[in-house]
Amino acid sequence: MATATKEKSEYREAWEESQRRAATVLPAWAARRRAAAFETFERLGFPTTDQEDWKYTNVAPIARSPFAAPRGRSLTAGEAGAVAQSLYAEAGRSRLVFVNGYLSASLSSLGALPAGVVVSSLWDALCGGRAEMLRERVGSAAAADADGFAALNAAHLGEGAFVYLPEGVRLEAPLHLSFVAGDEDAPLVNPRVVLVAERDSSATIIESYEASRDSAYFTNAVVEVFVGDGARLTHYKVQRESEQAYHVATTAAEIGRGGVYDLTTITLGARLSRHGVSVRMAREGAECWVDGLYLVGAGQHADTHSAIDHVAPRCTSHQIYKGILDGDARAVFNGKVFVHPGAQATDAQQTNKNLLLSPDARVDTKPQLEIFADDVKCSHGATVGQLDEEELFYLKSRGLHDELARNLLTYGFAEELIEKIKIESIKRQLDEAILNRLHARLEA
Amino acid sequence: MLEIRNLHAKIDGKEILRGIDLSVKAGEVHAIMGPNGSGKSTLAKVVAGHPSYEVTAGEVIYDGKNLLALDPDERARDGIFLAFQYPVEVPGVSNAQFLRLAYNERRKHLGEEELDPLEFKDLLAERAKIVEMDAGLMSRSVNEGFSGGEKKRNEILQMAVLEPRLAVLDETDSGLDIDALRVVSAGVNRLRRPDNAILLVTHYQRLLNYIVPDFVHVLYKGRIVRSGGKELALELEEKGYDWLRDEAKRSEQSAVTV
Repeated sequence: MATATKEKSEYREAWEESQRRAATVLPAWAARRRAAAFETFERLGFPTTDQEDWKYTNVAPIARSPFAAPRGRSLTAGEAGAVAQSLYAEAGRSRLVFVNGYLSASLSSLGALPAGVVVSSLWDALCGGRAEMLRERVGSAAAADADGFAALNAAHLGEGAFVYLPEGVRLEAPLHLSFVAGDEDAPLVNPRVVLVAERDSSATIIESYEASRDSAYFTNAVVEVFVGDGARLTHYKVQRESEQAYHVATTAAEIGRGGVYDLTTITLGARLSRHGVSVRMAREGAECWVDGLYLVGAGQHADTHSAIDHVAPRCTSHQIYKGILDGDARAVFNGKVFVHPGAQATDAQQTNKNLLLSPDARVDTKPQLEIFADDVKCSHGATVGQLDEEELFYLKSRGLHDELARNLLTYGFAEELIEKIKIESIKRQLDEAILNRLHARLEA
Repeated sequence: MLEIRNLHAKIDGKEILRGIDLSVKAGEVHAIMGPNGSGKSTLAKVVAGHPSYEVTAGEVIYDGKNLLALDPDERARDGIFLAFQYPVEVPGVSNAQFLRLAYNERRKHLGEEELDPLEFKDLLAERAKIVEMDAGLMSRSVNEGFSGGEKKRNEILQMAVLEPRLAVLDETDSGLDIDALRVVSAGVNRLRRPDNAILLVTHYQRLLNYIVPDFVHVLYKGRIVRSGGKELALELEEKGYDWLRDEAKRSEQSAVTV
């Protein structure tokens, strides 16, 4: 197709520019992989709505827009402002800030870390002593040829962060990886985060995305998480991109024996967002929580596709996704749970609940269970509803204005997930997002 | 305080109230009695402004204002309170948070200063004693997982916090054991004042042993068929509601004869 060729050539220009720089600095294998991934990207192109996995999410606007590779440069006041907003007090001395995908040393702050812990840009890790580990890990949880987006990200290998926790180490403070889109015109940002938590280590990671202004850009992120045997990783993903931006992200996790991975995703921003989550439990006794809240309004589209693989016996997965949709917002939830042959004593629960605040909002939800073992406990379900009229009358009969009553009920709908969040400033941010967005006046 | 004149109301196309006349003055307690399906609860909900009920004729004047023109929340801020027969569960919204918002809405309306969470906590703890309510319930979601008795107590606690001018208690005695009934009634009696009024909707006379009304009205098929003093309730207790049906039948027959 002529149009497809044109789209790709625009991405080629951006890639070639980035590749010229990468080839001189990164190890040869990394440069080669980038080149191979770009070829894959050109071969696959962006997905279309003909593909089952993309049936309800049309990414043609991304393909049409001429997103360009960001140029390395200093930060504007606007960007600094966005960063200031995004900082979580709990991670005051343990944060890396990335502007358009590249580490900003001046905005980052790292206090003393336990021996052996590595928190750095992926670029530095690739150039430094961690290259061999990365050679093995990169692309092993999230395949570079999964689709055009994964390939495009892999073709830009080097943006993003690397976190390594040695055996038995426990990080006290949460570690914040903040991705800020700068105000350069329409940048294409391809962050990749590689998190390796060795045996019995534990940490909390906050991964956040925000914008310095309401501009159009494209974040195409891939996060690979390796939770070792007995390790515990708590992971928050807070997506507050500009409402003109596109955000496509993959979070792919592998959990070792008895390891625990607890992911909470919060989706507030972007014109179009797609989050693909996959968790693979191939060792006995692994446990995961994969929860999310998407809160979208007029002109926004939020898609979540999750796949939980129970490969080994005695693994547990818990999944609660809740959506609040206003205006003509669209949401998609597709949750797959696979229980592989031999994965006995699997416990898998999945729920998706949606609250439509407007008659123009729409959600397409599809929970799926595929079970190939006989001794399992699995449940799944999905609901789509509106605010309950009797509850609304009850609140109003106590003197609450209509708007306040609606906001309070909306808050009540989300409360289960808000309460789960253990980081106060994220919770507060979410409180505000729910209540401000709906113009409430609920004080703390 | 409250003047109801020739009130007609329907729900789902079915006429339930068929010409109610009732006058309630400050300081008075009125009991509305009657068999199931006579329209007692409908009357309570129409006064509170439930959106499912449509008023087809008549008027309700509250403190000189046309009550029917007001939204339910405006009525509440103006001092009308409905204790629900079936209090609604509101998941995810804590009792304390909800009550403080409601309390502050009323305060603002009265031109008084709002209370912050700490100040309100003290007030709530003090009012909770009136209905012997466990303070631990205040941090839980509104009515969620409450027993029937706890829900009813919670209604009266809300009344104690909001200090309404006109309280409508819809079958507050239903589902209460004798101890809970005593606590709830004592709570209501403590909230009786010369400047407020109470409308008690009840099926049984039992409640009226605890909350003694000034007037008793018997509602049947959407009309008040008899009014009297508290002794009328005793008469109903003795005779039941069957005589109403007989009387209605007789009047229908005589209408046919005529």
